[in-house]
Amino acid sequence: MGFILVQILTGLSSAASLFLVAAGLSLIFGVTRVVNFAHGSFYMLGAYIGLTLVALFGDLFGRGHLAFWSALLCAALAVGAIGALVEIVILRRIYRSPELFQLVATFGVILVIQDLTLWGWGPEDQLGPRAPDLRGAIMIMGEPLPRYDLVLIAAGPVVLLLFWLLLNRTRFGILVRAATADREMVGALGVNQAWLFTGVFFLGSFLAGLGGALQLPKGGANLLMDFGVLAAAFVVVVVGGMGSIAGAFLAAVLIGQLQAFGVLFIPQSTLVMMFLVMAVVLVIRPFGLLGRPELVGQGRQMLDDPLRPTGWRFKALALALVALLAAAPLWLGDYGLVLLIDILILALFATALHAIIGPGGLVSFGHAAYFGGGAYAAALLVKYAGTPMSLNLVLAPPAAALLALAIGWFCVRLSGVYFAMLTLAFAQIVWSVVFQWGTVTGGDDGLLGIWRSPWASDRVAYYWLVLACCTAGILALRHGLHSPFGYALRAGRDSPLRAEAIGIDVRRQQWAAFTLSGAFAGLAGGLYAYAKGSVFPNEMAIARSFDGIIMVFFGGVQQLSGPLAGAAALTWLKDILFRLEMWRLLLGLAVIAVVLLFPQGLAGFLKARFGRFFGIRPELSA
Amino acid sequence: MTALLELTGVSAAYLKARILFDIDLAVAEREVVALVGRNGAGKSTTIKAVMGIQVSRTGAVRFAGRDVSRLPAYMIARLGIGYVPEERRVFPDLTILENLEVGRQPAREGAPTWTPEALFEIFPNLAELRHRPAGQSSGGEQQMLAIARTLMGNPRLVLLDEPSEGLAPVIVEQMAVAVGKLKQEGLAVLLSEQNLRFAGAVADRAYVIESGHIRFEGPMRRLLDDAALRSAHLSV
Repeated sequence: MGFILVQILTGLSSAASLFLVAAGLSLIFGVTRVVNFAHGSFYMLGAYIGLTLVALFGDLFGRGHLAFWSALLCAALAVGAIGALVEIVILRRIYRSPELFQLVATFGVILVIQDLTLWGWGPEDQLGPRAPDLRGAIMIMGEPLPRYDLVLIAAGPVVLLLFWLLLNRTRFGILVRAATADREMVGALGVNQAWLFTGVFFLGSFLAGLGGALQLPKGGANLLMDFGVLAAAFVVVVVGGMGSIAGAFLAAVLIGQLQAFGVLFIPQSTLVMMFLVMAVVLVIRPFGLLGRPELVGQGRQMLDDPLRPTGWRFKALALALVALLAAAPLWLGDYGLVLLIDILILALFATALHAIIGPGGLVSFGHAAYFGGGAYAAALLVKYAGTPMSLNLVLAPPAAALLALAIGWFCVRLSGVYFAMLTLAFAQIVWSVVFQWGTVTGGDDGLLGIWRSPWASDRVAYYWLVLACCTAGILALRHGLHSPFGYALRAGRDSPLRAEAIGIDVRRQQWAAFTLSGAFAGLAGGLYAYAKGSVFPNEMAIARSFDGIIMVFFGGVQQLSGPLAGAAALTWLKDILFRLEMWRLLLGLAVIAVVLLFPQGLAGFLKARFGRFFGIRPELSA
Repeated sequence: MTALLELTGVSAAYLKARILFDIDLAVAEREVVALVGRNGAGKSTTIKAVMGIQVSRTGAVRFAGRDVSRLPAYMIARLGIGYVPEERRVFPDLTILENLEVGRQPAREGAPTWTPEALFEIFPNLAELRHRPAGQSSGGEQQMLAIARTLMGNPRLVLLDEPSEGLAPVIVEQMAVAVGKLKQEGLAVLLSEQNLRFAGAVADRAYVIESGHIRFEGPMRRLLDDAALRSAHLSV
């Protein structure tokens, strides 16, 4: 009995930080309609800054209560200020842009913060300081419970109460709630939205920072905290209902309890349990426990020009490009060839992702799951079945497609940012399974010895194979998007109701497209595994998904030729940046700069400049 | 008579569709002006063009002698233009009182200052509902709330977009009385209307708009008396 009680209390204490992060995320989204992917980074910053301030305040004012708690509070305030700064400098300029721009921009922020944190505090995991007078444990019915857990247990409800008072009893809160419903109308009534948004960002980031600082005595600080908490916070927000603070609390408690009890029975099962809860909730209540149907469009749809078959000049150019690439081994060195293999594989991956983001209108933030899925399918077949390369490359796409089929079934029930969060959360779960199930997948050590068949063991031969596969894959995807299948997909994106009315099952169409996209991503993954001779969980990680997003984004969302340009640009950029110490920082800044400077993407920019020559009509400015 | 609001050569487009062509329009201090026309003629677009929301526009918009055509909507509102949208757009989860709070702005010289209590006198129905979420009230109540919320900003000019649309006749009458009271308090009003009877009851002057062009400008009386004019531009 005492044991169960202590487990419940442990669950409640681990819910606290999760709730703070999710509440901030939910608040920011509710008002600004921006899903702040950098929210996990704010959480991490809260922990690191807290670490420094606790030490500093301890030296200055003695190691008493006042010094400790005010250090945590100041850390949270500092993170709030950083969040406000990010809003003012970056996000304020792109509120009217499509969701993808905001997601990419906040991802740029993640990269910048990762490197700055590494630079400031070093790569080692940091132990958290103990709270004064809260060392040790108390006994509850003969079972120990860390004293500090009591603070965390209290923190959740206290913050919930303060939040409620703020939202219901202050003018700021009333404006926040009004803006959540209709921000344009709030502006028309004379409220300066810019400062309201900045205030909301401050508050949301403050909560994330507080969450990070408060968990210090329990969890310390490390550089993986950002993505770890991000996926969990997404699950909490999706389960609780976007924009609902009470829902976030409820969901955080639920997930906390699951983790506390799941650990007892099947230690590795917590993520799978989280997945199950999310799946059940989404099937019963697609918008979460206390959520409401998503508000669609607040004046930021883009008018896209219809896709047109390209002119003969463009086709000639494409043909010339393929010919040039085929002849590459004649004029390119070994290193260049390796780079080209990467570019081609990533171009296929990006093209597959683009099919679902551009024409499908669904921003998948977890496509690494299918890329990695294909790679692991091939690698596992080598390890456990010993099948030859050609067969494995044929089997990798269907394996990835199967994964996409299962995950897509849940995801296409939602759209917009929910879809993005859900795909990311699922991908994170797939990654965790691979990472944790070491006996089968090799865990962190990956799977080595994925050797190519003798006929392709030569680098040039494999390069030609990759070129053939990727060209065929990209052409097949292009063809699909110019076929009735593609028309129906775009019809569903542009006007779901009208598409339904003329007999298109939009959801099924999206599901099929998602699965197809997964299959091609799987092909890219399979080719990648053989190119490297090994597979690591990294191929499934969030960073890989973001690579795909950035390639699509660099290339321009509504450009079919974009992913190729994007893949080349990113690979080239990374190749240069990797040699530098703070490449993430530079990449992040580059990404942010592209968002702010080239809202059409690189290929869109080129098209606007040179498109006429290739028989492509220039884009009308929306 | 100097104009409080003056539109000169205003054109407006919604996304890529052009709706307004070279509109000239003026509203004087303490004047109630009706903008009448058929469905889709450009009445709401004209009103939105004043606020600069949802449409892109060219041309000059001057308010109280100041060029406002480059200002964001919230600045225009702060200068003393109150906007009541056609769809009312009350905040459904907020109570009536909270809705009024969102509209509250500091007192303004040359315009009456409103409090919730003063507004409840003009719109008595709202008084009893003050603690109820606005989403639970009827269409007529929401229309009254939308006007009251705008008045909390102490405007000098109120833009009323289709105030009688979709309301029961008895509520339309109450609306007419309310508009009369605003005029009494010294406010100027620009309203768009399809309901000529309502417009005739409250307005001093009228503009007739058709396919994005102004076809008539003159005293309301003349429009009401001229059957040929009405059938040319207004009859369906």
